[in-house]
Amino acid sequence: MDSPLLKVERLRVDYEQGRLSQRNRLTAVRDVSFTLAVGDTLGIVGESGCGKTTLGRAVLGLEKAKDGTVAYKGRLYTAMSRAEHQTARQEMGLIFQDSTGALNPRKTVLETVAAPLKYRGVSREERSGRAKEALSAAGLFEEDWYQYPYALSGGQRQRVCIARAMVGVPQLLVCDEAVSALDGVLRRQILELLAGLQHRTGAALLFISHDLRAVEEVCRQTAVMYLGRFVEFGATKTLFRKPKHPYTKALLESVLRPDPSVPAPRPLQGEPPSPENPPAGCPFHPRCPVALGKCRHVLPELRCTGEGVLAACHRLEKA
Amino acid sequence: MAGLCILLLELAVVLIVPPMLRWPPNVTDASVGFWAAPSAVHWLGTDDVGRDIFARLLAGGRVSLMVGGASAAISVLLGAPLGVVAGYYRGGWEFAIMRLADVFQCFPSIVVILCLVSLVGPSVVNIILVIGIMGWPVIARLTYSAALTVRQKPYVEAARLGGASQAVVLREEVLPGAVAPVWAALAFRVGRAILSESSLSFLGVGIRTPQASWGNLIQYASQITVLTGRPWVWIPPGICILMTILAVNAVGEGLRRAMDPREEGRHA
Repeated sequence: MDSPLLKVERLRVDYEQGRLSQRNRLTAVRDVSFTLAVGDTLGIVGESGCGKTTLGRAVLGLEKAKDGTVAYKGRLYTAMSRAEHQTARQEMGLIFQDSTGALNPRKTVLETVAAPLKYRGVSREERSGRAKEALSAAGLFEEDWYQYPYALSGGQRQRVCIARAMVGVPQLLVCDEAVSALDGVLRRQILELLAGLQHRTGAALLFISHDLRAVEEVCRQTAVMYLGRFVEFGATKTLFRKPKHPYTKALLESVLRPDPSVPAPRPLQGEPPSPENPPAGCPFHPRCPVALGKCRHVLPELRCTGEGVLAACHRLEKA
Repeated sequence: MAGLCILLLELAVVLIVPPMLRWPPNVTDASVGFWAAPSAVHWLGTDDVGRDIFARLLAGGRVSLMVGGASAAISVLLGAPLGVVAGYYRGGWEFAIMRLADVFQCFPSIVVILCLVSLVGPSVVNIILVIGIMGWPVIARLTYSAALTVRQKPYVEAARLGGASQAVVLREEVLPGAVAPVWAALAFRVGRAILSESSLSFLGVGIRTPQASWGNLIQYASQITVLTGRPWVWIPPGICILMTILAVNAVGEGLRRAMDPREEGRHA
Protein backbone atom coordinates (compact mmCIF):
# COMPACT_ATOMS: atom_id res chain seq x y z
CA MET A 1 0.00 0.00 0.00
CA ASP A 2 1.71 3.18 -1.09
CA SER A 3 -0.85 5.77 -0.02
CA PRO A 4 -3.37 5.40 2.81
CA LEU A 5 -7.08 5.47 2.01
CA LEU A 6 -7.48 8.81 3.69
CA LYS A 7 -4.89 11.34 4.63
CA VAL A 8 -5.86 14.50 6.47
CA GLU A 9 -3.20 17.13 7.03
CA ARG A 10 -3.49 20.23 9.18
CA LEU A 11 -7.12 20.51 8.20
CA ARG A 12 -9.01 23.63 9.08
CA VAL A 13 -12.69 24.25 8.35
CA ASP A 14 -14.32 27.62 8.93
CA TYR A 15 -17.91 28.68 8.83
CA GLU A 16 -18.60 32.26 7.95
CA GLN A 17 -21.80 33.81 9.06
CA GLY A 18 -23.49 37.13 8.61
CA ARG A 19 -23.26 39.78 5.95
CA LEU A 20 -20.19 41.39 4.47
CA SER A 21 -20.10 44.22 7.01
CA GLN A 22 -19.82 42.05 10.12
CA ARG A 23 -18.65 38.59 9.27
CA ASN A 24 -18.35 36.15 12.11
CA ARG A 25 -15.84 33.46 11.54
CA LEU A 26 -16.23 30.22 13.38
CA THR A 27 -13.45 27.70 13.14
CA ALA A 28 -15.08 24.33 13.59
CA VAL A 29 -12.02 22.20 12.89
CA ARG A 30 -8.43 23.37 13.23
CA ASP A 31 -5.09 21.77 12.69
CA VAL A 32 -6.32 18.20 12.50
CA SER A 33 -4.05 15.57 10.96
CA PHE A 34 -4.50 11.83 10.74
CA THR A 35 -4.39 8.96 8.31
CA LEU A 36 -6.82 6.14 7.92
CA ALA A 37 -5.61 2.93 6.30
CA VAL A 38 -7.79 0.65 4.22
CA GLY A 39 -10.07 -1.29 6.56
CA ASP A 40 -8.98 0.60 9.66
CA THR A 41 -11.36 2.02 12.27
CA LEU A 42 -11.07 5.40 13.94
CA GLY A 43 -13.36 6.79 16.58
CA ILE A 44 -13.78 10.52 17.10
CA VAL A 45 -15.11 11.51 20.51
CA GLY A 46 -15.83 14.85 22.14
CA GLU A 47 -18.62 17.02 23.45
CA SER A 48 -21.33 18.52 21.29
CA GLY A 49 -20.05 21.33 19.13
CA CYS A 50 -16.41 20.26 19.17
CA GLY A 51 -16.29 19.85 15.41
CA LYS A 52 -16.77 16.09 15.11
CA THR A 53 -19.53 16.33 12.54
CA THR A 54 -17.72 18.98 10.52
CA LEU A 55 -14.62 16.81 10.44
CA GLY A 56 -16.71 13.89 9.17
CA ARG A 57 -18.22 16.03 6.45
CA ALA A 58 -14.87 17.47 5.42
CA VAL A 59 -13.44 13.97 5.16
CA LEU A 60 -16.20 13.11 2.70
CA GLY A 61 -15.60 16.29 0.76
CA LEU A 62 -18.94 17.79 1.74
CA GLU A 63 -17.22 20.68 3.49
CA LYS A 64 -14.44 22.79 1.97
CA ALA A 65 -11.12 23.00 3.78
CA LYS A 66 -10.10 26.53 4.67
CA ASP A 67 -6.57 25.38 5.15
CA GLY A 68 -4.75 22.08 5.05
CA THR A 69 -5.66 19.13 2.87
CA VAL A 70 -7.74 16.00 2.68
CA ALA A 71 -6.53 13.33 0.29
CA TYR A 72 -8.55 10.29 -0.67
CA LYS A 73 -6.43 7.47 -2.12
CA GLY A 74 -3.61 9.94 -2.55
CA ARG A 75 -5.68 12.46 -4.50
CA LEU A 76 -6.44 15.84 -2.95
CA TYR A 77 -10.09 16.84 -3.00
CA THR A 78 -9.07 20.27 -4.17
CA ALA A 79 -7.32 18.75 -7.18
CA MET A 80 -10.26 16.58 -8.19
CA SER A 81 -12.58 17.49 -11.00
CA ARG A 82 -16.30 17.39 -10.42
CA ALA A 83 -16.58 14.01 -12.13
CA GLU A 84 -13.67 12.54 -10.18
CA HIS A 85 -15.20 13.80 -6.99
CA GLN A 86 -18.49 12.20 -7.88
CA THR A 87 -16.74 8.88 -8.55
CA ALA A 88 -14.83 9.09 -5.29
CA ARG A 89 -18.06 9.75 -3.40
CA GLN A 90 -19.52 6.57 -4.79
CA GLU A 91 -16.99 4.68 -2.66
CA MET A 92 -18.14 6.39 0.51
CA GLY A 93 -21.05 5.92 2.84
CA LEU A 94 -22.48 8.18 5.50
CA ILE A 95 -24.82 7.22 8.30
CA PHE A 96 -26.58 10.04 10.08
CA GLN A 97 -27.84 10.40 13.60
CA ASP A 98 -31.25 11.58 12.47
CA SER A 99 -32.57 8.62 10.56
CA THR A 100 -35.91 10.34 9.96
CA GLY A 101 -34.44 13.24 8.01
CA ALA A 102 -31.99 10.93 6.30
CA LEU A 103 -34.74 9.09 4.44
CA ASN A 104 -36.86 10.58 1.71
CA PRO A 105 -40.45 10.27 2.98
CA ARG A 106 -41.67 9.73 -0.58
CA LYS A 107 -39.55 6.69 -1.32
CA THR A 108 -40.02 3.14 -0.21
CA VAL A 109 -37.26 1.40 1.67
CA LEU A 110 -36.23 -0.53 -1.42
CA GLU A 111 -36.15 2.59 -3.62
CA THR A 112 -34.07 4.42 -1.04
CA VAL A 113 -31.51 1.66 -0.79
CA ALA A 114 -31.37 1.11 -4.56
CA ALA A 115 -30.94 4.84 -5.26
CA PRO A 116 -27.13 5.03 -4.95
CA LEU A 117 -26.87 2.21 -7.50
CA LYS A 118 -29.26 4.00 -9.80
CA TYR A 119 -27.08 7.11 -9.68
CA ARG A 120 -24.12 5.12 -10.92
CA GLY A 121 -26.07 3.50 -13.71
CA VAL A 122 -26.57 -0.04 -12.46
CA SER A 123 -29.33 -1.89 -14.31
CA ARG A 124 -32.76 -2.17 -12.75
CA GLU A 125 -32.64 -5.92 -12.01
CA GLU A 126 -29.15 -5.80 -10.53
CA ARG A 127 -30.13 -2.75 -8.47
CA SER A 128 -33.08 -4.43 -6.92
CA GLY A 129 -31.14 -7.64 -6.23
CA ARG A 130 -28.24 -5.86 -4.60
CA ALA A 131 -30.54 -3.58 -2.60
CA LYS A 132 -32.41 -6.59 -1.27
CA GLU A 133 -29.13 -8.22 -0.32
CA ALA A 134 -28.00 -5.10 1.51
CA LEU A 135 -31.34 -4.84 3.28
CA SER A 136 -31.17 -8.45 4.40
CA ALA A 137 -27.63 -7.94 5.59
CA ALA A 138 -28.85 -4.97 7.60
CA GLY A 139 -31.55 -7.09 9.17
CA LEU A 140 -34.58 -5.91 7.22
CA PHE A 141 -36.77 -8.49 5.61
CA GLU A 142 -39.32 -8.62 2.88
CA GLU A 143 -42.26 -7.25 4.85
CA ASP A 144 -40.39 -3.95 5.30
CA TRP A 145 -39.00 -3.51 1.78
CA TYR A 146 -42.04 -1.80 0.33
CA GLN A 147 -42.81 0.38 3.35
CA TYR A 148 -42.44 4.13 3.51
CA PRO A 149 -40.15 5.49 6.25
CA TYR A 150 -43.04 6.83 8.37
CA ALA A 151 -44.20 3.25 8.96
CA LEU A 152 -40.84 2.12 10.35
CA SER A 153 -39.44 2.31 13.86
CA GLY A 154 -36.29 4.29 14.66
CA GLY A 155 -34.16 1.18 14.70
CA GLN A 156 -35.53 -0.02 11.38
CA ARG A 157 -34.91 3.39 9.82
CA GLN A 158 -31.33 3.31 11.00
CA ARG A 159 -31.01 -0.13 9.42
CA VAL A 160 -32.29 1.33 6.16
CA CYS A 161 -29.63 4.05 6.38
CA ILE A 162 -26.98 1.41 6.99
CA ALA A 163 -28.20 -0.64 4.04
CA ARG A 164 -28.10 2.45 1.82
CA ALA A 165 -24.58 3.28 2.96
CA MET A 166 -23.39 -0.29 2.43
CA VAL A 167 -25.14 -1.11 -0.84
CA GLY A 168 -22.39 0.40 -2.95
CA VAL A 169 -19.72 -1.53 -1.01
CA PRO A 170 -18.02 1.60 0.30
CA GLN A 171 -14.35 1.76 1.11
CA LEU A 172 -14.91 4.57 3.56
CA LEU A 173 -17.83 4.64 5.94
CA VAL A 174 -18.54 7.62 8.16
CA CYS A 175 -20.98 7.11 11.02
CA ASP A 176 -22.06 10.37 12.55
CA GLU A 177 -23.64 9.60 15.92
CA ALA A 178 -25.21 6.60 14.26
CA VAL A 179 -26.36 4.98 17.49
CA SER A 180 -26.86 8.00 19.73
CA ALA A 181 -30.57 8.35 19.11
CA LEU A 182 -31.34 4.70 19.82
CA ASP A 183 -32.24 2.98 23.05
CA GLY A 184 -29.91 0.56 24.78
CA VAL A 185 -30.97 -2.69 23.17
CA LEU A 186 -31.13 -1.24 19.68
CA ARG A 187 -27.83 0.52 20.18
CA ARG A 188 -26.24 -2.83 20.94
CA GLN A 189 -27.81 -4.47 17.87
CA ILE A 190 -26.90 -1.66 15.50
CA LEU A 191 -23.34 -1.50 16.83
CA GLU A 192 -22.89 -5.21 16.31
CA LEU A 193 -24.38 -4.91 12.85
CA LEU A 194 -22.02 -2.06 11.97
CA ALA A 195 -18.98 -3.82 13.36
CA GLY A 196 -19.93 -7.01 11.52
CA LEU A 197 -20.49 -5.26 8.20
CA GLN A 198 -17.30 -3.28 8.57
CA HIS A 199 -15.35 -6.42 9.30
CA ARG A 200 -16.89 -8.32 6.40
CA THR A 201 -16.58 -5.67 3.73
CA GLY A 202 -13.25 -4.30 4.90
CA ALA A 203 -14.47 -0.71 4.72
CA ALA A 204 -12.51 1.86 6.67
CA LEU A 205 -14.69 3.33 9.37
CA LEU A 206 -14.73 6.80 10.85
CA PHE A 207 -16.99 6.49 13.85
CA ILE A 208 -18.07 9.81 15.28
CA SER A 209 -19.76 9.68 18.65
CA HIS A 210 -20.01 11.21 22.07
CA ASP A 211 -20.68 7.70 23.30
CA LEU A 212 -17.34 6.49 24.60
CA ARG A 213 -18.45 2.94 25.18
CA ALA A 214 -19.56 2.60 21.58
CA VAL A 215 -16.22 3.86 20.35
CA GLU A 216 -14.39 1.52 22.66
CA GLU A 217 -16.23 -1.43 21.18
CA VAL A 218 -15.93 -0.59 17.52
CA CYS A 219 -12.71 1.33 16.92
CA ARG A 220 -9.06 0.34 16.85
CA GLN A 221 -7.94 3.94 17.19
CA THR A 222 -9.54 6.86 18.95
CA ALA A 223 -9.11 10.61 18.67
CA VAL A 224 -10.43 12.97 21.35
CA MET A 225 -11.51 16.34 20.03
CA TYR A 226 -11.87 19.57 21.93
CA LEU A 227 -12.85 22.85 20.27
CA GLY A 228 -11.93 21.62 16.83
CA ARG A 229 -8.53 20.15 17.76
CA PHE A 230 -7.33 16.67 18.50
CA VAL A 231 -6.16 16.69 22.11
CA GLU A 232 -5.35 13.01 22.30
CA PHE A 233 -5.00 10.40 19.61
CA GLY A 234 -3.93 6.78 19.74
CA ALA A 235 -4.83 3.11 19.97
CA THR A 236 -8.22 2.78 21.66
CA LYS A 237 -7.05 0.18 24.18
CA THR A 238 -4.12 2.24 25.45
CA LEU A 239 -6.03 5.47 25.38
CA PHE A 240 -8.95 4.14 27.36
CA ARG A 241 -6.76 2.32 29.87
CA LYS A 242 -4.28 5.10 30.47
CA PRO A 243 -5.69 8.42 29.33
CA LYS A 244 -3.02 11.14 29.26
CA HIS A 245 -4.89 14.36 28.58
CA PRO A 246 -6.98 15.81 31.45
CA TYR A 247 -9.90 16.23 29.06
CA THR A 248 -9.81 12.57 28.08
CA LYS A 249 -9.63 11.63 31.74
CA ALA A 250 -12.65 13.80 32.47
CA LEU A 251 -14.59 12.29 29.57
CA LEU A 252 -13.79 8.76 30.64
CA GLU A 253 -14.73 9.54 34.22
CA SER A 254 -18.07 10.85 33.09
CA VAL A 255 -19.09 7.47 31.68
CA LEU A 256 -21.59 5.76 33.92
CA ARG A 257 -20.62 2.18 34.68
CA PRO A 258 -23.20 -0.30 35.84
CA ASP A 259 -21.02 -1.29 38.78
CA PRO A 260 -21.73 -0.10 42.34
CA SER A 261 -18.10 -0.46 43.37
CA VAL A 262 -17.11 2.23 40.88
CA PRO A 263 -17.74 5.66 42.40
CA ALA A 264 -20.29 7.87 40.67
CA PRO A 265 -18.71 9.99 37.95
CA ARG A 266 -17.44 13.45 38.71
CA PRO A 267 -18.86 15.64 35.97
CA LEU A 268 -16.64 18.06 34.12
CA GLN A 269 -17.34 21.62 35.21
CA GLY A 270 -18.53 24.33 32.84
CA GLU A 271 -19.42 24.50 29.20
CA PRO A 272 -16.93 24.30 26.35
CA PRO A 273 -15.97 27.85 25.27
CA SER A 274 -17.46 29.24 22.08
CA PRO A 275 -15.55 28.21 18.97
CA GLU A 276 -16.13 31.74 17.67
CA ASN A 277 -13.94 33.09 20.40
CA PRO A 278 -11.59 30.36 21.63
CA PRO A 279 -9.44 31.08 24.69
CA ALA A 280 -5.76 31.85 24.25
CA GLY A 281 -3.22 29.15 24.98
CA CYS A 282 -4.55 25.67 25.57
CA PRO A 283 -8.27 25.72 24.66
CA PHE A 284 -9.03 23.47 27.62
CA HIS A 285 -7.30 25.59 30.29
CA PRO A 286 -10.42 27.36 31.67
CA ARG A 287 -11.92 23.99 32.64
CA CYS A 288 -8.72 22.10 33.33
CA PRO A 289 -8.24 20.93 36.96
CA VAL A 290 -4.45 20.81 36.55
CA ALA A 291 -3.79 23.90 34.41
CA LEU A 292 -0.41 25.61 34.69
CA GLY A 293 0.35 29.30 34.17
CA LYS A 294 1.85 28.42 30.80
CA CYS A 295 -1.41 26.87 29.63
CA ARG A 296 -3.00 30.30 29.54
CA HIS A 297 -0.61 31.60 26.89
CA VAL A 298 1.02 28.77 24.99
CA LEU A 299 -0.83 26.29 22.84
CA PRO A 300 0.41 22.76 23.56
CA GLU A 301 1.40 20.69 20.53
CA LEU A 302 0.28 17.13 19.94
CA ARG A 303 3.31 15.05 20.84
CA CYS A 304 4.16 11.48 21.42
CA THR A 305 3.75 10.31 25.01
CA GLY A 306 5.00 6.80 24.51
CA GLU A 307 2.87 3.71 23.89
CA GLY A 308 1.92 5.24 20.55
CA VAL A 309 -0.45 7.81 21.99
CA LEU A 310 -0.27 11.47 21.02
CA ALA A 311 -1.50 14.09 23.46
CA ALA A 312 -1.50 17.86 23.59
CA CYS A 313 -0.82 18.93 27.18
CA HIS A 314 1.95 20.94 28.83
CA ARG A 315 1.74 18.70 31.91
CA LEU A 316 3.06 15.80 29.89
CA GLU A 317 6.09 17.61 28.53
CA LYS A 318 8.22 17.53 31.68
CA ALA A 319 7.78 13.85 32.30
CA MET B 1 -64.65 12.48 -2.97
CA ALA B 2 -67.89 14.50 -2.97
CA GLY B 3 -65.98 17.40 -4.51
CA LEU B 4 -64.66 15.25 -7.30
CA CYS B 5 -68.14 13.86 -8.00
CA ILE B 6 -69.66 17.34 -8.25
CA LEU B 7 -66.91 18.48 -10.61
CA LEU B 8 -67.22 15.43 -12.85
CA LEU B 9 -70.99 15.76 -12.89
CA GLU B 10 -70.74 19.44 -13.84
CA LEU B 11 -68.27 18.65 -16.59
CA ALA B 12 -70.45 15.88 -17.94
CA VAL B 13 -73.60 18.01 -17.95
CA VAL B 14 -71.86 20.98 -19.52
CA LEU B 15 -70.24 18.88 -22.23
CA ILE B 16 -73.01 16.43 -23.06
CA VAL B 17 -76.34 18.14 -22.49
CA PRO B 18 -76.25 21.34 -24.66
CA PRO B 19 -76.68 19.67 -28.10
CA MET B 20 -79.72 17.85 -26.73
CA LEU B 21 -81.47 21.04 -25.67
CA ARG B 22 -84.30 22.50 -27.66
CA TRP B 23 -82.75 25.94 -27.61
CA PRO B 24 -79.25 26.89 -28.70
CA PRO B 25 -77.72 29.44 -26.32
CA ASN B 26 -77.44 32.28 -28.80
CA VAL B 27 -80.86 32.16 -30.48
CA THR B 28 -83.72 34.51 -29.71
CA ASP B 29 -87.12 32.90 -29.20
CA ALA B 30 -89.40 35.52 -30.74
CA SER B 31 -92.54 33.65 -29.63
CA VAL B 32 -91.98 34.41 -25.91
CA GLY B 33 -90.00 37.63 -26.24
CA PHE B 34 -87.47 38.97 -23.73
CA TRP B 35 -87.47 38.54 -19.96
CA ALA B 36 -89.94 35.66 -20.08
CA ALA B 37 -90.53 33.97 -16.75
CA PRO B 38 -89.58 30.30 -16.30
CA SER B 39 -91.93 27.92 -18.06
CA ALA B 40 -92.01 24.38 -19.44
CA VAL B 41 -90.40 25.66 -22.65
CA HIS B 42 -87.77 27.95 -21.11
CA TRP B 43 -86.86 26.37 -17.76
CA LEU B 44 -85.14 29.46 -16.47
CA GLY B 45 -86.92 31.96 -18.65
CA THR B 46 -85.29 34.16 -21.28
CA ASP B 47 -82.88 37.06 -21.05
CA ASP B 48 -82.97 40.66 -22.27
CA VAL B 49 -82.95 39.60 -25.95
CA GLY B 50 -85.10 36.51 -25.60
CA ARG B 51 -82.37 33.82 -25.36
CA ASP B 52 -82.94 30.71 -23.26
CA ILE B 53 -81.17 31.20 -19.93
CA PHE B 54 -80.82 27.48 -19.14
CA ALA B 55 -79.02 26.90 -22.44
CA ARG B 56 -76.81 29.88 -21.68
CA LEU B 57 -76.09 28.56 -18.19
CA LEU B 58 -74.69 25.34 -19.64
CA ALA B 59 -72.79 27.08 -22.41
CA GLY B 60 -71.42 29.51 -19.84
CA GLY B 61 -70.35 26.59 -17.70
CA ARG B 62 -68.16 25.32 -20.51
CA VAL B 63 -66.42 28.68 -20.76
CA SER B 64 -66.07 29.22 -17.01
CA LEU B 65 -64.73 25.75 -16.32
CA MET B 66 -62.33 26.01 -19.24
CA VAL B 67 -61.07 29.40 -18.08
CA GLY B 68 -60.62 27.99 -14.59
CA GLY B 69 -58.81 24.82 -15.63
CA ALA B 70 -56.64 26.27 -18.37
CA SER B 71 -55.48 29.34 -16.50
CA ALA B 72 -54.71 27.32 -13.36
CA ALA B 73 -52.65 24.99 -15.52
CA ILE B 74 -50.75 27.95 -16.98
CA SER B 75 -50.05 29.33 -13.48
CA VAL B 76 -48.67 25.98 -12.36
CA LEU B 77 -46.62 25.33 -15.50
CA LEU B 78 -44.99 28.75 -15.14
CA GLY B 79 -44.77 29.02 -11.39
CA ALA B 80 -43.80 25.53 -10.23
CA PRO B 81 -40.51 25.20 -12.17
CA LEU B 82 -39.51 28.79 -11.43
CA GLY B 83 -40.08 28.28 -7.70
CA VAL B 84 -38.15 25.02 -7.60
CA VAL B 85 -35.21 26.52 -9.49
CA ALA B 86 -35.14 29.54 -7.16
CA GLY B 87 -35.28 27.38 -4.05
CA TYR B 88 -32.82 24.72 -5.16
CA TYR B 89 -30.12 26.70 -6.95
CA ARG B 90 -30.54 29.86 -4.82
CA GLY B 91 -28.10 32.70 -5.60
CA GLY B 92 -28.87 34.74 -8.66
CA TRP B 93 -31.80 32.56 -9.69
CA GLU B 94 -33.42 33.04 -6.34
CA PHE B 95 -32.96 36.79 -6.43
CA ALA B 96 -34.22 37.27 -9.97
CA ILE B 97 -37.23 34.97 -9.72
CA MET B 98 -38.45 35.84 -6.27
CA ARG B 99 -38.07 39.61 -6.73
CA LEU B 100 -40.01 39.31 -9.97
CA ALA B 101 -42.70 37.47 -8.03
CA ASP B 102 -42.71 40.33 -5.52
CA VAL B 103 -43.23 42.82 -8.33
CA PHE B 104 -46.13 40.78 -9.69
CA GLN B 105 -47.70 40.41 -6.29
CA CYS B 106 -47.41 44.00 -5.13
CA PHE B 107 -50.16 45.06 -7.52
CA PRO B 108 -53.73 44.04 -6.77
CA SER B 109 -54.11 41.31 -9.33
CA ILE B 110 -57.70 42.06 -10.35
CA VAL B 111 -56.71 45.64 -11.30
CA VAL B 112 -53.77 44.43 -13.38
CA ILE B 113 -55.93 41.77 -15.01
CA LEU B 114 -58.52 44.46 -15.79
CA CYS B 115 -55.92 46.69 -17.44
CA LEU B 116 -54.30 43.85 -19.39
CA VAL B 117 -57.61 42.53 -20.63
CA SER B 118 -58.67 45.97 -21.79
CA LEU B 119 -55.33 46.25 -23.61
CA VAL B 120 -55.34 42.89 -25.38
CA GLY B 121 -59.10 42.60 -25.78
CA PRO B 122 -61.54 40.34 -23.92
CA SER B 123 -61.46 37.06 -25.80
CA VAL B 124 -61.57 33.72 -23.97
CA VAL B 125 -57.97 32.92 -24.89
CA ASN B 126 -56.73 36.31 -23.72
CA ILE B 127 -58.56 36.00 -20.44
CA ILE B 128 -57.11 32.55 -19.85
CA LEU B 129 -53.61 33.80 -20.61
CA VAL B 130 -53.85 36.90 -18.45
CA ILE B 131 -55.37 35.16 -15.43
CA GLY B 132 -52.93 32.27 -15.83
CA ILE B 133 -49.86 34.46 -16.08
CA MET B 134 -50.89 36.62 -13.15
CA GLY B 135 -51.24 33.51 -10.98
CA TRP B 136 -47.65 32.23 -11.22
CA PRO B 137 -46.15 33.93 -8.14
CA VAL B 138 -48.49 32.16 -5.74
CA ILE B 139 -47.45 28.77 -7.10
CA ALA B 140 -43.79 29.76 -7.33
CA ARG B 141 -43.75 30.77 -3.66
CA LEU B 142 -45.13 27.39 -2.69
CA THR B 143 -42.59 25.33 -4.61
CA TYR B 144 -39.83 27.76 -3.63
CA SER B 145 -40.35 27.29 0.09
CA ALA B 146 -40.83 23.55 -0.32
CA ALA B 147 -37.59 23.29 -2.32
CA LEU B 148 -35.75 25.34 0.32
CA THR B 149 -36.88 22.95 3.02
CA VAL B 150 -36.15 19.81 1.06
CA ARG B 151 -32.71 20.82 -0.23
CA GLN B 152 -31.20 20.84 3.25
CA LYS B 153 -32.61 17.51 4.31
CA PRO B 154 -29.97 14.89 5.10
CA TYR B 155 -31.42 12.60 2.46
CA VAL B 156 -30.45 15.11 -0.20
CA GLU B 157 -26.91 15.00 1.12
CA ALA B 158 -27.06 11.21 1.15
CA ALA B 159 -28.04 11.25 -2.52
CA ARG B 160 -25.17 13.56 -3.37
CA LEU B 161 -22.84 11.27 -1.49
CA GLY B 162 -24.30 8.33 -3.36
CA GLY B 163 -22.82 9.90 -6.49
CA ALA B 164 -25.79 11.82 -7.84
CA SER B 165 -25.06 14.97 -9.81
CA GLN B 166 -26.82 18.20 -8.93
CA ALA B 167 -29.37 17.75 -11.70
CA VAL B 168 -30.10 14.17 -10.63
CA VAL B 169 -30.50 15.24 -7.01
CA LEU B 170 -32.97 17.86 -8.18
CA ARG B 171 -34.95 15.40 -10.25
CA GLU B 172 -34.90 12.41 -7.93
CA GLU B 173 -34.95 13.84 -4.43
CA VAL B 174 -36.01 17.48 -4.47
CA LEU B 175 -38.66 17.68 -7.18
CA PRO B 176 -41.18 15.17 -5.80
CA GLY B 177 -41.19 16.84 -2.40
CA ALA B 178 -41.18 20.37 -3.78
CA VAL B 179 -44.01 19.79 -6.22
CA ALA B 180 -46.29 17.97 -3.75
CA PRO B 181 -48.05 21.12 -2.47
CA VAL B 182 -48.80 22.17 -6.05
CA TRP B 183 -51.52 19.60 -6.59
CA ALA B 184 -53.64 21.10 -3.88
CA ALA B 185 -52.84 24.64 -5.02
CA LEU B 186 -53.80 23.73 -8.58
CA ALA B 187 -57.35 23.04 -7.42
CA PHE B 188 -57.49 26.29 -5.45
CA ARG B 189 -56.22 28.21 -8.49
CA VAL B 190 -59.08 26.77 -10.56
CA GLY B 191 -61.49 28.29 -8.07
CA ARG B 192 -59.67 31.63 -8.05
CA ALA B 193 -59.61 31.78 -11.84
CA ILE B 194 -63.34 31.10 -12.12
CA LEU B 195 -63.93 33.90 -9.63
CA SER B 196 -61.60 36.25 -11.52
CA GLU B 197 -63.38 35.52 -14.76
CA SER B 198 -66.73 36.15 -13.09
CA SER B 199 -65.54 39.43 -11.63
CA LEU B 200 -64.20 40.54 -15.01
CA SER B 201 -67.40 39.58 -16.75
CA PHE B 202 -69.43 41.26 -14.05
CA LEU B 203 -67.38 44.41 -14.55
CA GLY B 204 -68.04 44.13 -18.27
CA VAL B 205 -64.50 43.41 -19.51
CA GLY B 206 -64.72 39.64 -19.33
CA ILE B 207 -66.41 37.27 -21.69
CA ARG B 208 -68.54 39.40 -24.02
CA THR B 209 -72.05 38.51 -25.14
CA PRO B 210 -73.27 36.77 -27.20
CA GLN B 211 -70.80 34.25 -25.73
CA ALA B 212 -72.11 33.19 -22.32
CA SER B 213 -70.21 32.69 -19.10
CA TRP B 214 -71.35 32.34 -15.51
CA GLY B 215 -69.85 35.73 -14.84
CA ASN B 216 -71.75 37.59 -17.51
CA LEU B 217 -74.98 35.79 -16.57
CA ILE B 218 -74.63 37.13 -13.06
CA GLN B 219 -73.98 40.55 -14.53
CA TYR B 220 -77.71 40.91 -15.20
CA ALA B 221 -78.10 41.28 -11.44
CA SER B 222 -76.56 44.73 -11.74
CA GLN B 223 -79.93 45.86 -13.10
CA ILE B 224 -82.13 46.52 -10.10
CA THR B 225 -85.26 45.13 -11.77
CA VAL B 226 -83.49 41.81 -12.43
CA LEU B 227 -81.98 41.71 -8.96
CA THR B 228 -85.29 42.18 -7.20
CA GLY B 229 -87.83 40.86 -9.67
CA ARG B 230 -86.19 38.02 -11.58
CA PRO B 231 -84.08 35.93 -9.21
CA TRP B 232 -84.20 32.94 -11.60
CA VAL B 233 -81.79 34.82 -13.86
CA TRP B 234 -78.88 35.28 -11.48
CA ILE B 235 -79.33 32.72 -8.69
CA PRO B 236 -78.57 29.61 -10.82
CA PRO B 237 -75.17 30.84 -12.13
CA GLY B 238 -74.35 32.02 -8.61
CA ILE B 239 -75.08 28.57 -7.24
CA CYS B 240 -73.00 27.00 -10.02
CA ILE B 241 -70.00 29.17 -9.16
CA LEU B 242 -70.42 28.51 -5.43
CA MET B 243 -70.70 24.76 -5.94
CA THR B 244 -67.71 24.66 -8.25
CA ILE B 245 -65.51 26.58 -5.84
CA LEU B 246 -66.52 24.36 -2.94
CA ALA B 247 -65.93 21.29 -5.06
CA VAL B 248 -62.45 22.30 -6.27
CA ASN B 249 -61.44 23.25 -2.75
CA ALA B 250 -62.57 19.86 -1.48
CA VAL B 251 -60.61 18.19 -4.27
CA GLY B 252 -57.58 20.33 -3.39
CA GLU B 253 -57.74 19.30 0.24
CA GLY B 254 -58.13 15.66 -0.80
CA LEU B 255 -55.10 15.91 -3.08
CA ARG B 256 -53.04 17.53 -0.35
CA ARG B 257 -53.79 14.67 1.99
CA ALA B 258 -53.22 12.04 -0.65
CA MET B 259 -49.80 13.58 -1.40
CA ASP B 260 -48.72 13.53 2.22
CA PRO B 261 -46.94 10.20 2.71
CA ARG B 262 -47.68 10.24 6.43
CA GLU B 263 -51.40 10.24 5.84
CA GLU B 264 -51.29 7.45 3.33
CA GLY B 265 -53.89 4.82 4.00
CA ARG B 266 -55.67 7.03 6.49
CA HIS B 267 -58.04 8.72 4.07
CA ALA B 268 -60.86 6.52 2.95
